[in-house]
Amino acid sequence: MHTFFDILQILLIPLASPLITGVIKKLKAKFQNRRGASVFQPYRDLWKLFHKDEVISQDASWIFRLAPCIVFAVTLAVGAIIPLIDLATFAAPAGDLLTVIYISAIGTFFLALAGLDTGSAFGGFGSSREMTVSALAEGGLLFSFLVLALVAGSANLFSIADSILTTGNFYLQPIVLAGIGFFIVLLAENGRFPFDNPATHLELTMIHEAMLLEYSGRRLALMEWAAANKLFVFMTLGANLFFPWGLMHTFSPGALAAAVVIFLLKIAALCLAIAFIESTIAKFRFFRLPDILFVSFTLNIVAIGLIK
Amino acid sequence: MTEFFASSRGFVVLLLLFAIGAAGSLLFNKNDRQANYWSNLFACAGSLWGMFVAIGALVAPEPVAFTLGFSPFSLLRFSFLLDRLAAFFLFVISLIAFFCSIYAIDYVKHYYGKYGIGTLGFFYNIFIAGMLLVASAANGLFFLVAWEIMSVASFFLVIHDRDEQENIRAGLLYLIMTHLGTAFIIAAFLLLYRSTGSFDFSAIQSGGAAISPVVKNAVFVLSLIGFGTKAGIIPLHVWLPAAHPAAPSHISGLMSGVMIKTGIYMMIRVFLDLLAPFPLWWGVVLLIAGAVSALLGVLYALAEHDIKKLLAYHSIENIGIILLGLGSALTFLSLQLPTLALLGLVASLFHTLNHATFKSLLFLGAGAVINQTHTRNMEELGGLIRLMPQTALLFLTGSMAISALPPFNGFFSEWLTFQSLFQGIAATDSRTIWVFVIAAGSLAFTGGLALACFVKAFGAVFLARPRSNEAQHAREPSFFMLAGMWPLAALSLLFGIVSGYVANILQDVAGTLSVFQGFPSPFLLAETGRISAGGFSFVSPPVVFLLLLIALFAVFTAFNFLFFKKQKTTFGPTWDCGADLTPRMEITSTGFARSIILIFKGIMKPTMLKSVECRDGETRYLPKSREIRLGISNIYDTCLYKPAQDLALRFSLYARKMQSGLINMYILYILAALLGALYFSL
Repeated sequence: MHTFFDILQILLIPLASPLITGVIKKLKAKFQNRRGASVFQPYRDLWKLFHKDEVISQDASWIFRLAPCIVFAVTLAVGAIIPLIDLATFAAPAGDLLTVIYISAIGTFFLALAGLDTGSAFGGFGSSREMTVSALAEGGLLFSFLVLALVAGSANLFSIADSILTTGNFYLQPIVLAGIGFFIVLLAENGRFPFDNPATHLELTMIHEAMLLEYSGRRLALMEWAAANKLFVFMTLGANLFFPWGLMHTFSPGALAAAVVIFLLKIAALCLAIAFIESTIAKFRFFRLPDILFVSFTLNIVAIGLIK
Repeated sequence: MTEFFASSRGFVVLLLLFAIGAAGSLLFNKNDRQANYWSNLFACAGSLWGMFVAIGALVAPEPVAFTLGFSPFSLLRFSFLLDRLAAFFLFVISLIAFFCSIYAIDYVKHYYGKYGIGTLGFFYNIFIAGMLLVASAANGLFFLVAWEIMSVASFFLVIHDRDEQENIRAGLLYLIMTHLGTAFIIAAFLLLYRSTGSFDFSAIQSGGAAISPVVKNAVFVLSLIGFGTKAGIIPLHVWLPAAHPAAPSHISGLMSGVMIKTGIYMMIRVFLDLLAPFPLWWGVVLLIAGAVSALLGVLYALAEHDIKKLLAYHSIENIGIILLGLGSALTFLSLQLPTLALLGLVASLFHTLNHATFKSLLFLGAGAVINQTHTRNMEELGGLIRLMPQTALLFLTGSMAISALPPFNGFFSEWLTFQSLFQGIAATDSRTIWVFVIAAGSLAFTGGLALACFVKAFGAVFLARPRSNEAQHAREPSFFMLAGMWPLAALSLLFGIVSGYVANILQDVAGTLSVFQGFPSPFLLAETGRISAGGFSFVSPPVVFLLLLIALFAVFTAFNFLFFKKQKTTFGPTWDCGADLTPRMEITSTGFARSIILIFKGIMKPTMLKSVECRDGETRYLPKSREIRLGISNIYDTCLYKPAQDLALRFSLYARKMQSGLINMYILYILAALLGALYFSL
């Protein structure tokens, strides 16, 4: 039975992540009174890209060619060590919240290097902006997890989920504050509104897309897929750590069905929130982004103050 | 066998190796080749021997103490103490010196016929021996002698490239700052002598109870300033970004990798070993100093476009991280939480070791680049990954390690530092929790900014297209330079994978300090497979390594060999928007970091100088050329050192009035001084 869950744990993130982006796009279309493409459109896009020839810049080095593999592998590795459906995974012994944060930083590192590698002005500015946003998001990300760790008395993600299931009600305020802080970081790290517009290639403002500008064909597919994975990983972290209700404690068919349904509901709610934000507010000016990120950090500080 | 190395005889052999190396290279001063091989081979042999001495002292059941020779002065004794703490620092110094010396064999060749290699080799050997003496001295006066040997030798190494006026200025600044620091250290030891009647560390330690709190606090402040100057705590850091770039690169690697750590070693020795117990505010001060140094250090690094200055500012950042561990250790000890204090000290020792490996690697890599391109300015580099693939890979390894990316070693020591700060938030009361929150917040942002800074450094130097003619003709460095760097890169990875084992040894090292004697079970449980901080947290270095390796291997294999192999890959120019794409259109290192600098403009005080040269002086309608210089202002010079200098100057002007030129006046002064001395001594 455990092998089944382990395989599920590894495969669920990459297999379902295009669906998540499809759902968000569909919801955005509905908000804008459009019919929108099918929720399975991202799969078709990936399939199409994987079958195309690709052009690589003459100036690119092995960093550019290897980066898609690294970025994708990092999302798989992070996906393997977070609580997904049940409270155990084969890779849980790897580490705690810091391990998750710093492993995902490897992906950011190589993504930004790949942006610089071709010597295009767009790629360089994309990398610069990406690193600015992710450097400032680091404090909020780490501290929102820290709030949970202080509540749970453990920095292990599985113990956090487990402990908040049982004692969370006493600390509702700090957890909600930290949850908001985390949600801001989720938007920042994944290039969603108000930080970045995932739908356009507007040269003056783009961040994530600017780094991918020189990619084409199957490497572009892998990069896009990795971005979807990362979004799904962050949404899973938000859904299962800050609101862990529904995670399966001990195995039974009923519990499994309930866990899957509740997990999907939580993810759907997050998709709705993201789509709602992207349909109602505008992208912020770049130099106002630090303000939102510092708000995230401050919310977590307040949450720590509430616990102590 | 190990007893022989860790004994007085083994130590004499160690000093002799360096002495022969130093004397021989002076003898061969006429012949650059001989001087080079002689000095560096003896430095290699001495460092290797030093590692054996250190290992011998680490495994010895009791601290090894001995006295060499005799001294004509009653207070000065050439006494040595090789306890595990000293042995650990001996090991780090020897380890880094060994690889830097291998690197130097090929590196110093570009000085042939330009500057004497004999003097370089002489001071190089003296410098390493001086650092080893600093780490093993057990008498205050003897320590000061060793400290001076180390400082003066390193001064001559900094000004080795003496044709450039800038290097001489940097060397003088270093000399002044280091002696300013030494003055404070001398005052601290004199105060200790007043209270305990001895300069021997053992006597000071046993007489510690007799030292009054006021004197203790004064000693703390004096030695924090003194040793902090060497370590490079902000705002005492001003010499560091000037001196490190001026020195030859293997010297920068040694100075940044290990010499500034001697300041940390002496802080541990004096605060934890000699002066314990101490009040709470000592630890708090160290935590705040660490938080400020870490955050500001990385911000200043971001603003740099000189590759070696950038690395020098990162040394300040990492000294800050080490101080966060040390500061939490002191705080926990004052709060009667010795098990947590041990965690903090292990974190700071581990980061000391790790920073030594990856920072020397980065400086050596930068040296290889500078050697080929003859510029430290990153705006003129670029594209070197194709011309120097090995150097690029090595520099990338160092960059990932210093940015605390797993599975490299930097991550695991920062992990330990984070754990001790988390424990400070979780386990202490409202008086200190906010200090720990500030410290943890500073460390979190530091981590993110360091990542940004090394994306910038690696990108500007190695990626995209070359921005200058020199950068187009770079070539891979020769054998010994690579042979010095590869092992350091391997160690950065190895210390990461086996960090549990290393942390376990370091816990033994830290645990032998007297303050940690006699408490039940340690909080930190470090095994090879798993490091756990109490029940709070754990990480498993081998699992992290395997997880990343397997994930990357699986994706790489599937992507390159299994699926979608039919698609063609063609190579074309980067999209140029219809214009001719030149290297000048790439993002510059200044531009890359400018947005972060502007976000922190309250601290960084960014400057922008615009100058326009016009074709017609009167109307200024047709500019011929425009120049914009982006930079940051040096608030330490304008707000701290310049006022202090003005004050000193003004005081000197008053004091000058004493010099009347009349001989009668001078005789009066002598008489007054004599009477005064008699009065105070009776």
